[in-house]
Amino acid sequence: MIGYILRRLLSTISVMAVVGIVLFLLVNLAPGDPAAVIAGDTAAPEHIAAISKKRGLDEPLWTQSALWAWGVLQGDLGVSIFSNLPVATLIVQRTEPTLALALTTMAFAVTIAVSAGVLAAWKVGTWVDRTIMVVAVLGFSAPVFVVGYGLIYVFAMELRWLPVQGYVPLGCGLWPCLKSLILPSLALGFAYVALIACITRATMIEVLGEDYVRTANAKGVPRLRVLLGHGLANAAVPIVTVIGIGVALLIGGVVITESVFNIPGIGRLTVDAITRCDFPMIQGVILVFTGIYVLVNPSVDILYTWLDPRIRY
Amino acid sequence: MTTAVSAVAGRSDKSRMAGIIDFARRNPTIVIGGTLMIIIALAALGAPLIAGDPLIFQPINRLKPPSDEFLLGTDSLGRDVFARTVYGARISLLVGLSVAGVSVAIGLCIGLACGYYRGVDGLVMRLMDGIMAIPAILLAIALVSVMGSSVRVVIIAITIPEIPRVTRLVRSIVLSVRELPYVDAARASGARTRKILWRHILPSTVAPLIVQATYICASAILVEAGLSFLGAGTPPEFPTWGNMIASSRLYLAIAPWTIFAPGACLALVVLAVNLLGDGLRDRLDPRMARRM
Repeated sequence: MIGYILRRLLSTISVMAVVGIVLFLLVNLAPGDPAAVIAGDTAAPEHIAAISKKRGLDEPLWTQSALWAWGVLQGDLGVSIFSNLPVATLIVQRTEPTLALALTTMAFAVTIAVSAGVLAAWKVGTWVDRTIMVVAVLGFSAPVFVVGYGLIYVFAMELRWLPVQGYVPLGCGLWPCLKSLILPSLALGFAYVALIACITRATMIEVLGEDYVRTANAKGVPRLRVLLGHGLANAAVPIVTVIGIGVALLIGGVVITESVFNIPGIGRLTVDAITRCDFPMIQGVILVFTGIYVLVNPSVDILYTWLDPRIRY
Repeated sequence: MTTAVSAVAGRSDKSRMAGIIDFARRNPTIVIGGTLMIIIALAALGAPLIAGDPLIFQPINRLKPPSDEFLLGTDSLGRDVFARTVYGARISLLVGLSVAGVSVAIGLCIGLACGYYRGVDGLVMRLMDGIMAIPAILLAIALVSVMGSSVRVVIIAITIPEIPRVTRLVRSIVLSVRELPYVDAARASGARTRKILWRHILPSTVAPLIVQATYICASAILVEAGLSFLGAGTPPEFPTWGNMIASSRLYLAIAPWTIFAPGACLALVVLAVNLLGDGLRDRLDPRMARRM
């Protein structure tokens, strides 16, 4: 078990190393001199040279890459071109809204999706099943920002039940904070719900056809107990895998959702960095997001042993 | 004699009709998705015939609601939303089809090479794992912000994150097919490697790749719209659906049509492509699970 975890972590490190190299080359092989971007349009050549020297941009590429990698390992993601503050500090400052949004979305999406998937598998072939699958296909197709503006229009502008935009920090109370996150997490979670519901339905249909389910039904175990205790418990591993894989979907969606709902999180930071051509910022944000995604999947694998004691590594 | 011939022709017409109806009943998703795609593609191709100028702006007609003159109203600069929506389909379809085509072509070559020549496999697949670990839209954002924004750059930026997925699929097929007896037989009878790859291995990849290409097309259209929406896609004056929604976001309360017209079209196109993909998957390749 411990050997397996170590091996997984090792492969994570190799993936992150490749990600680091790709991101470093991407930004540094780009046409144009970063120092000129920092200095602005009207800067004198001496000024550009000074910035180049100060930031080590005049060193050879491999020295720069080694320095960058060394910094990243120590938690130093470089300095933002725009605000001149460390990228890591800026990301930490913006973590709360993004984390709150992501966790709320996951909590509600997993609850709804798994229930819908179990229901669809139980009522397979009926109108209940069909309706759930149609909604799921819509979920795959509707872009986050279209769903987002649709929700804002209906629930915030016409019905006036919820705030239009913005984020209320957790420090101002749990309910106001959650209230500001309801619409964003619905918009962000739609595709995620569709993904999890589909895999739940498919796995449950398979499990419900097993002999032990027939036996349980035959000896008169209550319906709900069969569905959850016999069915869902045995369908858990593929569902959890997809929940883990789907985190990539959430990360991509967070950037757009925060833009639609004006939430001051890491996603907004990314969008602002794009418009300002703040390369160290873009590099840092992508590295952090990718790191989270890469760490989620081995954690899910380790979770398997707890979900399904038959699995041993 | 002539009546007999026409009777035969009539019967074959009828049975062809019956065949089509039968096909439609068995594959409703292919038919619905395909029909929607054909309608949208025709509208995109014939844009100059059915819609006015998408770029002309008439400040006097700002934010007009849908009417006979402007089918879907006008936006904040007085541009015809219907015309912009129809022209927007061109960019969406162009990006979706190009990304699907290019990423499948490149992924196919790399996948064939990795699956067959085991020497390069390890290194290339590590690179692919790394690219795959970066969420697609973020990698595309980074590429666009580095290379500058134009339609061509957007296509390249969306293609690169898709290549590893195709490569993995092709590689896994090659790895299983290359061990089959008929490939051994071809090798034993002295066929060259190129011929083995081309004639004996490539055909097995076609069906899964068609399915994969439709899903890539759907996701490329979504990512393109997302990039435009975030301001990291095509330049803002281009009439793309993402740009239209981004430039109208402040007018949601007073002119919802400026957002929901392109938004609905976007969802419809992606839905059509997804339905087509699901239908093709069920028909061509029942074992392949939905791509994540």
